[in-house]
Amino acid sequence: MNVDLRILRYDPERDQAPHWENYQLTVDPMDRVLDLLIKVKAEQDGSLSFRRSCGHGICGSDAMLINNRNRLACRIRVDQLGRKISVAPLPGLPVVKDVVVEMSGFFGKYRSVKPYLINEQPEPERERRQSPEDRARFDDTTKCILCAACTTSCPSFWARPEYVGPAAIVQAHRFIFDSRDEGAAERLEILSDEDGVWRCRTIFNCVEACPRGINITRAILEVSSAIVGRRG
Amino acid sequence: MDYPFDAIVVGAGGAGLWAALELAREGVNTAVLTKLYPTRSHTGTAQGGVCAALGNLEEDHWEWHMFDTVKGGDYLVDQDAAEVLAREAIETVIELEHMGLPFNRTPDGKIDQRKFGGHTSNYGEAAVRRSCFAADRTGHMILQTLYQQCIKHGVRFFDEYQVVDLLFEGGEPAKGGRAAGVVAYRVADGQLHTFRSKAVLLATGGFGRMFRITSNAHSLTGDGVALCYRHGIPLEDMEFFQFHPTGIVGIGILLSEAARGEGGTLLNDKGERFMERYAPKLMELAPRDMVSRAMYQEIRAGRGIGGKDYLYLDVRHLGRKVIEEKLPDITEFARIYEGVEPLTEPVPVQPTAHYAMGGIPTNVSAEVVRDEKNTVVPGLFAAGECACVSVHGANRLGTNSLVDLLVFGRRAGRQMARYAGTVERPGPIADATAPVHAQLEAIRSRESKGESVAKIRHELADVMMDNVGVYRDGRLLTAALAKVRELEERNGAVSIGDCGTVFNTDLLEANEMGYLLDLAEVTVVGALARTESRGAHSREDFPERNDARWLKHTLAYRGPKGPTLKYKPVSITRFEPKPRTY
Repeated sequence: MNVDLRILRYDPERDQAPHWENYQLTVDPMDRVLDLLIKVKAEQDGSLSFRRSCGHGICGSDAMLINNRNRLACRIRVDQLGRKISVAPLPGLPVVKDVVVEMSGFFGKYRSVKPYLINEQPEPERERRQSPEDRARFDDTTKCILCAACTTSCPSFWARPEYVGPAAIVQAHRFIFDSRDEGAAERLEILSDEDGVWRCRTIFNCVEACPRGINITRAILEVSSAIVGRRG
Repeated sequence: MDYPFDAIVVGAGGAGLWAALELAREGVNTAVLTKLYPTRSHTGTAQGGVCAALGNLEEDHWEWHMFDTVKGGDYLVDQDAAEVLAREAIETVIELEHMGLPFNRTPDGKIDQRKFGGHTSNYGEAAVRRSCFAADRTGHMILQTLYQQCIKHGVRFFDEYQVVDLLFEGGEPAKGGRAAGVVAYRVADGQLHTFRSKAVLLATGGFGRMFRITSNAHSLTGDGVALCYRHGIPLEDMEFFQFHPTGIVGIGILLSEAARGEGGTLLNDKGERFMERYAPKLMELAPRDMVSRAMYQEIRAGRGIGGKDYLYLDVRHLGRKVIEEKLPDITEFARIYEGVEPLTEPVPVQPTAHYAMGGIPTNVSAEVVRDEKNTVVPGLFAAGECACVSVHGANRLGTNSLVDLLVFGRRAGRQMARYAGTVERPGPIADATAPVHAQLEAIRSRESKGESVAKIRHELADVMMDNVGVYRDGRLLTAALAKVRELEERNGAVSIGDCGTVFNTDLLEANEMGYLLDLAEVTVVGALARTESRGAHSREDFPERNDARWLKHTLAYRGPKGPTLKYKPVSITRFEPKPRTY
């Protein structure tokens, strides 16, 4: 089938501002948008830049705005989108080139929530025990691949870039609700400040954007409840 | 810029991150360089689990794991290394749990374990539950957990810095030179930077992108392996490349062996479980080389689905609970990439190029060795898929890639810390970036009339898949060698469409193409010379294993007219080679 692919291009060495370029392609309906970008780069314009690695939704490199929704280019097929496809960088982050955005701020927020197990007890000889129920308690948030689709879909983040954002809260949740972790108090303290969880307006854009199907809004609400519970 | 460090880790997958963690704990001034962001590394795509003889659900012993590894590798495994692998698998898995890795649990709270291909009890009696797992995203959890720990311990990362050259002091490695650092290309702005260091670890992963159908990430272009080769370090056992039986048709994305470990079956067009004819005891859980060959045999006999070049993986009988709790990701992959519902339909699969058994030769301390006598290159280390210890021999068992990168990544970090305490930091190297600068400028400044990198890439991937795949013979390999050399020639004249400095992936892909071509040539030359069939290297014109002549490792040195081959003996400590049946 033939598709009209529109890409928001920007090269800081050549362009004053981002602009749309159009590409006509003959593709298979089962092709993914990533296949289309690779095809454009191979056959029409080698200067097109985008990040990609695993190509099947695990590495999180190729999150971008596709037909006005944040998605992974390797996880969305042509037949799910139709003949007109538009591709632009993730909203709310500085653009480096074409659909490549600056990620250091995003990872900085991730680091700010102490995203690692905190447990100062002496380590046992064998594994720490954890019941299947306790393990299931935080299963959903272990799936996060840090692709930034959620955070950059969030109007609260767009309005206030200092907001820690859904991805960092998801990562904090993964530890706060892990029965082996002892750092909940520190993380809840971090997340209760003015750029923490209270910025969430339960708009659910993040849930819609998440390529891993994580119920992010629920995770944020659980973290807020834990803060309130602690204060109470 | 010129950055002085005491240890440099190239690559931020499992091996690199664990090494960095060990170095940080020892207080060694360390930098990790990755051409991606760390969490994008390919370790994250490993699915099924990591084997360790914990014995949480049934009796198990590291000696059994060692035996399975040696037999699975068709006896080309160095047994001293396999012993280290199987013993230390246990403590590394326990340590990962202590770091916070969310393993699935048994009802009494221990790490859950499941069956995996080629892993058996009592030296081959029956499949054993040895693979420790976190649903079907074990690699994702390993990568996340190790990255988390590196953050906790303050490891310094240089994200999107692609290493493009290795530096040595006192001459090239063959002349006794020692590692002195690396040159890295900063992807964001095209600047070259020098990182001087006492110790350098290469943990750059595999190079499956030389094949058309592959489970490997686009970034797996063998950078570290090719750079070693270009600096005169031989490459070991490169002719052994694993094809995983269950890739998604046409594109090769992996559907984990865990599907079969949980009880999934393989079916041909007649609905037969054809593996009973090839491996009556282990059936679908035979090692991957055997299952992939069986699939090719079925396809050739016209029993592919609808007579085509694929078969079915069937998990329907496992039920919704098992599928959703233990195989959620691969179920999604089948839905998205094939439009198939695994709960109610069998899933079309075909073998996919998956894992390089060969690579940079190392000893069990992850030190790179440069000849048949295992002479160490001071300060240079390698671990993970890019290295060849050799614990996988001629065919790797499922999950042993993760075991390998954990065990030897950890060992690399510890040995680097010891080494860094004994030597002075190399001084500044004059014109360190000049050779690679010239190489990149030559690509950038070519006129825009040449062929595209993509064309070379497609032709290479086709010939490697069709001629150097699951089955090989002298005629196919000879043709492949001529084609690879033709492509090398043509690659010298490709032109790119991006002459800028900002995030110029066109330039980087052209550079990576050179790496893949080097490694493809070595693979083909090694395969052509090895006139036997062993593990994943299956020659139809030499169908038998020949221990008298070929129970030895290949070492391919770069020469003016292509690779020169030498050989070194296999370390055999406990298990004498026997015929390999399952």
